[in-house]
Amino acid sequence: MAPAESTGTSRQMSMVQALNTGLRKSLESDPKVLIMGEDIGKLGGVFRVTDGLQKDFGEDRVVDTPLAESGIVGTAIGLALAGYRPVVEIQFDGFVFPAYDQIVTQLAKMHARSLGYVKLPIVIRIPFGGGIGAVEHHSESPEAYFAHTAGLRVVSCSNPVDAYWMIQQAIASDDPVIFLEPKRRYWTKAEVDTAATPDPLYGSRVVRPGGACTVVAYGPMVATCLEAAAAAAEEGRELEVIDLRSLSPLDFDAVEKSVKRTGHLVVVHEAPSFLGIGAEVAATITERCFYHLEAPVLRVGGYHTPYPPSRVEEDYLPDLDRVLDAVDRSLAW
Amino acid sequence: MAVDSTDGTLFPPDSGAGPELIQLLTPEGERVEHPDYSIDLSDDEYLGLYRDLVLVRRFDAEATALQRQGELGLWASLLGQEAAQIGSGRALSPNDYVFPTYREHGVAWCRGVDPLNLLGMFRGVNHGGWDPRENNFQLYTIVIGAQTLHGVGYAMGVQRDGSDGAVVTYFGDGASSQGDVNEAFTFAAVFNAPVVFFCQNNQWAISEPTERQMKVPLYRRAAGFGFPGVRVDGNDVLACLAVTRAALARARRGEGPMLIEAFTYRMGAHTTSDDPTRYRSNAELEEWRLKDPIERLKSYLHKQGIGTPEFFAALEAESEELGKRVRNGVRTMPDPDPVSMFAHVYADSHTLVDRERAEFEAYHASFVDAGEDGH
Ligand SMILES: Cc1ncc(C[n+]2csc(CCOP(=O)(O)OP(=O)(O)O)c2C)c(N)n1
Ligand SMILES: [Mg+2]
Repeated sequence: MAPAESTGTSRQMSMVQALNTGLRKSLESDPKVLIMGEDIGKLGGVFRVTDGLQKDFGEDRVVDTPLAESGIVGTAIGLALAGYRPVVEIQFDGFVFPAYDQIVTQLAKMHARSLGYVKLPIVIRIPFGGGIGAVEHHSESPEAYFAHTAGLRVVSCSNPVDAYWMIQQAIASDDPVIFLEPKRRYWTKAEVDTAATPDPLYGSRVVRPGGACTVVAYGPMVATCLEAAAAAAEEGRELEVIDLRSLSPLDFDAVEKSVKRTGHLVVVHEAPSFLGIGAEVAATITERCFYHLEAPVLRVGGYHTPYPPSRVEEDYLPDLDRVLDAVDRSLAW
Repeated sequence: MAVDSTDGTLFPPDSGAGPELIQLLTPEGERVEHPDYSIDLSDDEYLGLYRDLVLVRRFDAEATALQRQGELGLWASLLGQEAAQIGSGRALSPNDYVFPTYREHGVAWCRGVDPLNLLGMFRGVNHGGWDPRENNFQLYTIVIGAQTLHGVGYAMGVQRDGSDGAVVTYFGDGASSQGDVNEAFTFAAVFNAPVVFFCQNNQWAISEPTERQMKVPLYRRAAGFGFPGVRVDGNDVLACLAVTRAALARARRGEGPMLIEAFTYRMGAHTTSDDPTRYRSNAELEEWRLKDPIERLKSYLHKQGIGTPEFFAALEAESEELGKRVRNGVRTMPDPDPVSMFAHVYADSHTLVDRERAEFEAYHASFVDAGEDGH
């Protein structure tokens, strides 16, 4: 993406504001778009992502629903069948599971079952990941469950600029999109140019070029990997950081291209390593780059444990040190 | 849109003041009789209830303060709901089993759960961490409504054992929308499970008023599932006690489930993370303040001359003592050893967890070896 110029269309936004502005844009440009979820009206959502939208677009378009996630997604499917484009807010990652049945058995499959006649343009926004000191069920990374399900697209924004564009692109998509928002980056600010030309929704992006080792991340871990890359640069090692942005589809081509240059790959996510996105990246890149790899693909991720109590979450979450440790191990292989 | 989806008159404005409201003690502290529910307490029993109410409010205030001081990550206050919890909690027998939400601190108190045990998860040192079997008090459940099914299942077990226990499962007005809760009603009804559904209708589910969850008064839903439902004044500890006792007795007699809607009010924020000024009026709060559950019992005690000055002074001292114990207990509550996150993932050893634990330990040991600047 071209760097934002200091024009009248550009301003500082937190990720929350960027999402809010993006949602507002979609509500304005398509009367069929509606937002539904718990506490999204007067409260503006527990993270204030929908702040002010009900006031401006009315209770028919910004709908405080009963407290029932299966109900929210199930009725969103019905609304989509009636020609609407529902954007669903799930309050926290751990509360998507009452809706899991509707998402996996209904939402994901209806297009195929109807031989393409039915389209379900539904976005399910989920604040995900840890690092905010929350109680249980408020820090989870359920992306693999969804990416494993054919029929769902899964994306995650890592910064305000992407948040602004990706939410609009997801709403415009005719497929269901699981939209994962890294809650601990909600308050990160950046200059967002609302007149820029966005990158495609389903492509990755090299967020820092480098030749020593490719580091792949998405969502909350992109910032962590950039910090790691900055630290590595001080020691004279340039890491190439790729923000996947989309987890389904997954932009293997870009990763392959990078790995063919660097010969090293580390994949980082908060979700447990076991059977996670990193496992898929490792397998595919190993198939494609076997003779270019100078070390096995290494993963840095969460453990095969429940997300721990917040007082020890820093020991669970991948951090700069764990990323650099993996890079060191890869380079020393 | 042709049809207004947000018709304001969801059901006749429900102030809770209708004749269905079971009350034994008015907000002014007058004892009143009810045709179906009565209670006869000794002076000591009245004072016992009063003590419970005062102490759980103190505990709750202390926890809120500790959150403000950064000692807890979060707190879900029970302020305003003390009578619903103490009344129902004191109706329980030792063999009964409780399935709480995350706000049942008063019920936990009645079960003899150490208040400090409740604070671990709010401090972030565990996800519950007590043995539910010790006090027949299940772990707090954050996922809305899930515990109601567990309560019904437990009651089905009790039924098969032929024991004299019964179950109370707690939930909120918001939770009543969840599929799980409605499935719990169905299971309880068709299996005639000895379970009491105790719903604290505190008028709010975070920012959503009850009108977002229901079109008829909550207690009436039970009829559709095939068991009785009643509405009790949730700020009246005597009525909550009497009605829960009756519901438990019914369950024990094999007459099946019952729904109790305790009509009350969440006087505080949803949790310490919440800002209720965004969605509700001060006037509403002031109206409910006049119905305070502790004040009404206090004024009854005064009018009846129950309780000596020594009793009230001793209670004040006990309350201070509890506050101190909670403060000190929380401040000295140790953080868990990080490696403990690998414990209890499974009942038996699991090779993946074992391997990751070993890697975790080796990784952290490398810091010690490398000193400050190793990574
Ligand atoms: C399945 C699920 N969805 C959403 C939430 C987030 N949440 C926590 S409490 C709450 C409102 C609960 O309201 P109510 O049942 O009335 O209980 P109260 O908090 O008023 O005691 C919500 C939506 C959750 N914990 N679980
Ligand atoms: Mg409530």
